[in-house]
Amino acid sequence: MLFDAGTWSLITDVLAAVFILAGAFLTFAAGIGALRFPSLLARMHAVTKPQVLGLILLLIGLSLRVRSWSAVAMLALVVAFQLLTAPVGAHLVSRAGFRTGKVDESELQPNQMEPDDDEHTA
Amino acid sequence: MVVVVIVAVTLVVTAAVLALIRIEKGPSMLDRALGLDLLTASLVGAIAIEAAWVRRTETIPILVALSLVGFVGSVALSRFAAREPEGEGRVRSPEEVAAQARASDVMRTEHGHGGTAAAEAPDEQDEQDGGRTSGRGWRS
Amino acid sequence: MSLHPRRRTVRTVRGIVAQWPAIAVLAAIWVLLWGDLSWANVIAGALLAVLIMVVFPLPPVAAQGRFRLGPFLVLAGRFVADLVVASFHVAFMALRPRYVPRGAVVVVQLRNPDDVFLTITAVLSTLVPGSLVVEAQRRTGLVYLHVLDIEDSGGVEGVRRNVLQLEERVLRAFASDDVLAQCDVPQPGGRTSNEEVA
Repeated sequence: MLFDAGTWSLITDVLAAVFILAGAFLTFAAGIGALRFPSLLARMHAVTKPQVLGLILLLIGLSLRVRSWSAVAMLALVVAFQLLTAPVGAHLVSRAGFRTGKVDESELQPNQMEPDDDEHTA
Repeated sequence: MVVVVIVAVTLVVTAAVLALIRIEKGPSMLDRALGLDLLTASLVGAIAIEAAWVRRTETIPILVALSLVGFVGSVALSRFAAREPEGEGRVRSPEEVAAQARASDVMRTEHGHGGTAAAEAPDEQDEQDGGRTSGRGWRS
Repeated sequence: MSLHPRRRTVRTVRGIVAQWPAIAVLAAIWVLLWGDLSWANVIAGALLAVLIMVVFPLPPVAAQGRFRLGPFLVLAGRFVADLVVASFHVAFMALRPRYVPRGAVVVVQLRNPDDVFLTITAVLSTLVPGSLVVEAQRRTGLVYLHVLDIEDSGGVEGVRRNVLQLEERVLRAFASDDVLAQCDVPQPGGRTSNEEVA
């Protein structure tokens, strides 16, 4: 053993605190982004990336604190769900936004969302 | 640990409040779906922080359930909001988009007094597909 | 999507046995939900998984793939690193005062329009670089990406290069040798330079 049990406990607690703080910060930044960004799609970015990682970091922090395998298994499941569902949800919402004309396309520079755009084959 | 928990909870609660403001402001149903997603995520985060503080595991199933429900919510909202008439998948012409924008401006001024998300939802549904097909799902 | 032909679902016993990976995944989820590994949980999970496959049948996935551990670890490692970078990047963008991102929509032609690889690439590219999949076409393998800030992402070319590199990592990890050769991706082991990919 490198350290005794008490030291290990301290180390994991400090790590957990770091993870929880980072996760909470990212969630907060996602909130700011969701409120501040000017368009639907930009907000979607804020809600997918920092939010997913923020949640993952919070859950890692939690699993470092509780240290029970059954809890870690369930938390791993939550992380997997988040990683799978967040992009799908973001895609569905932004596609719906485009198809119902809720996206202000004049702000997109460049906007290659044209059906007859041949440039991409280059 | 107490300081960490206080700071973290403050940040997460702020995120939840910001999400609520976004839900209230809209402007579209999709923005509300997005805000709801964020609200669920900050709820999950808050429960996780609490569980980490008192080292308990019995609230973890709530996290599993909530993370799934948040997804179902935003998918359902975008399915309803994106209910398409025939010619599905077609990219709309600028004229159609402009007409829609005018129509939604009218709707927005009528509802400018800032109703709740639930009260405005059926109107936006009807406005989008110009019919009663998907609005029914909301009222039943 | 009425544009695509609806593929037939499989309800026969052989069809269900052929989908054993899905059953294994569902059973694993069940065990994880209960949080402890016991025979009762495994058997109950497997039975439930079979029930789910019978009641909600899905078309079989037509992917001829091969799992390669090394490239998969490269993909996963890069993914985690990119996720951290992208998240903090977007977070600081949100916190920067008086900053307005310049959004854009870029279309990228993927090399392989196969369902599985298209899906994996699209899901990962939503999380990883500063992009968001707006529309994906199965038949042509075109992916329409919204980028939060086009200048930050290195312009249109930068976005394309990033996504194509991501696709290359995905193909290296999961695709069969034939697909790799067909898509002009060198076998794992031989490295390509970025210019070649773009």
